[in-house]
Amino acid sequence: MNFAPDTSIDIASAVNRATAPSAEPKLKVEKLNFYYGDNHALKNINFTIPEKRVTAMIGPSGCGKSTLLRVFNRMYQLYPGQRAEGKIHFDGGDLLSKNLDSTVIRSRIGMVFQKPTPFPMSIYDNIAFGVKLHESLSKSQMDERVEWCLRKAAIWEETKDRLHTSALGMSGGQQQRLCIARTIAVRPEVILLDEPTSALDPISTSKIEDLIDELKQEFTIVIVTHNMQQAARCADITSFFYLGELIEVGPSNEIFTNPREARTRDYITGRFG
Amino acid sequence: MPSEHIVSSFDTDLKEISRHVVEMGGQAEQLVADSVQALIKRDAELAQKVIVLDGPIDLLQREIEEKAILTIARRQPLAGDLREVVAAMRIANDLERIGDLAKNTAKRVLALTGEFHPQKLVRGVEHMSSMVLEQLKEVLDAYAGRDDARAIEVWKRDGEIDVLYTSLFRELLTYMMEDPRNISLCTHLLFCAKNIERIGDHATNVAETVHYLATGQLLTDERPKQDTTSLTSVPFPS
Repeated sequence: MNFAPDTSIDIASAVNRATAPSAEPKLKVEKLNFYYGDNHALKNINFTIPEKRVTAMIGPSGCGKSTLLRVFNRMYQLYPGQRAEGKIHFDGGDLLSKNLDSTVIRSRIGMVFQKPTPFPMSIYDNIAFGVKLHESLSKSQMDERVEWCLRKAAIWEETKDRLHTSALGMSGGQQQRLCIARTIAVRPEVILLDEPTSALDPISTSKIEDLIDELKQEFTIVIVTHNMQQAARCADITSFFYLGELIEVGPSNEIFTNPREARTRDYITGRFG
Repeated sequence: MPSEHIVSSFDTDLKEISRHVVEMGGQAEQLVADSVQALIKRDAELAQKVIVLDGPIDLLQREIEEKAILTIARRQPLAGDLREVVAAMRIANDLERIGDLAKNTAKRVLALTGEFHPQKLVRGVEHMSSMVLEQLKEVLDAYAGRDDARAIEVWKRDGEIDVLYTSLFRELLTYMMEDPRNISLCTHLLFCAKNIERIGDHATNVAETVHYLATGQLLTDERPKQDTTSLTSVPFPS
């Protein structure tokens, strides 16, 4: 395989091209290095996530894209031996600094996982549970909040008559949309989606993609996906990671029709994986 | 083309589409050459052959289109692969039109047989045709070699053909004024010249597509156009 020499990536201009009129940066990653013990998983990443846009991260398994997503809401802190160096600017602070409370960060930067992870409780409580941690709402306010986020997640019509039945009785696609509803219930600013549709059928996938389109009016979205067409459809900006490095960032239109880097081109056209 | 796909049948599909386009290009080129020969030599038999041989070109175009659509549906091509498929469809369209124009020229040859046919009138058309044929050959080579520089050269040269066509237009009008018996012949010749000029335009379209294929950029500059016949009038000599 013949790889072109690494060239520096002009992220600011790439982001501007994708988002004119230009969007404010929401998360700004600076010289980020991440280690799983001795394994250097992310190498000197510089990356900007613009506000109220969808940013996709693509790359082969093990390239570091999910790691980066986990760094964004400090999930790595739960595991010993994992550490991050560098800075992630978020709303004037540094996400990696010890001064910030992880719980607060996770309420402002929500995450949805590859497999639906509903709590073993009712649909209503799945949503109310997280909200109660951060806010004290009256019964009617909570009812309103539950309806609001279920409507946002395009699952209200299917669930309004069974709010107090177990969430585990729902289909996979419904469970995933419930997880998205649960995430937006606490009104985060950023939503991280880690392969949100990899376990879903095409119809549920379409509903979630539609939802992403809807949600980007209000939220900043970062999505990791192995489905190239999904990134091309949903994302304003696409970034390509390989072996822990950020290889290329650009407007999705450009990345998928005319990538600049040979490695990006070979990956998205199915020449290596 | 860069290294091979993990799915090797994807490479086979793309190569097949490209091979069909090259084959179609060869056929279209031959058809144009034959139609011009038929016109110059007033060869009705050759003209008949051109009319018949336009059929297989249309068939090839449909085949390329079907293969391209299937490839999009099956493989979801991206980046260079996507451009490859889109370019094939566009070029096949242009080549199909070129075939039609050659066929129309051949039909006019049949209409002209038996008429008064001075070589002087035909020479201008012949000169223009040789330029257009050269353009067509160049652009097809540029496609086969994915050669952007060569495609751009073709694209720039179309202006010369337009200039030639404009002067031919004036010349033929003058002949018509000189002697009304020339009108039928000259009108047919004028349409033939227009057909050939249009073939040149399609060659530049192909050049634009080759540029897109090779670089991923669309040629956004205005093409150097110098066909001013729509604005040309020749006053009747008093």
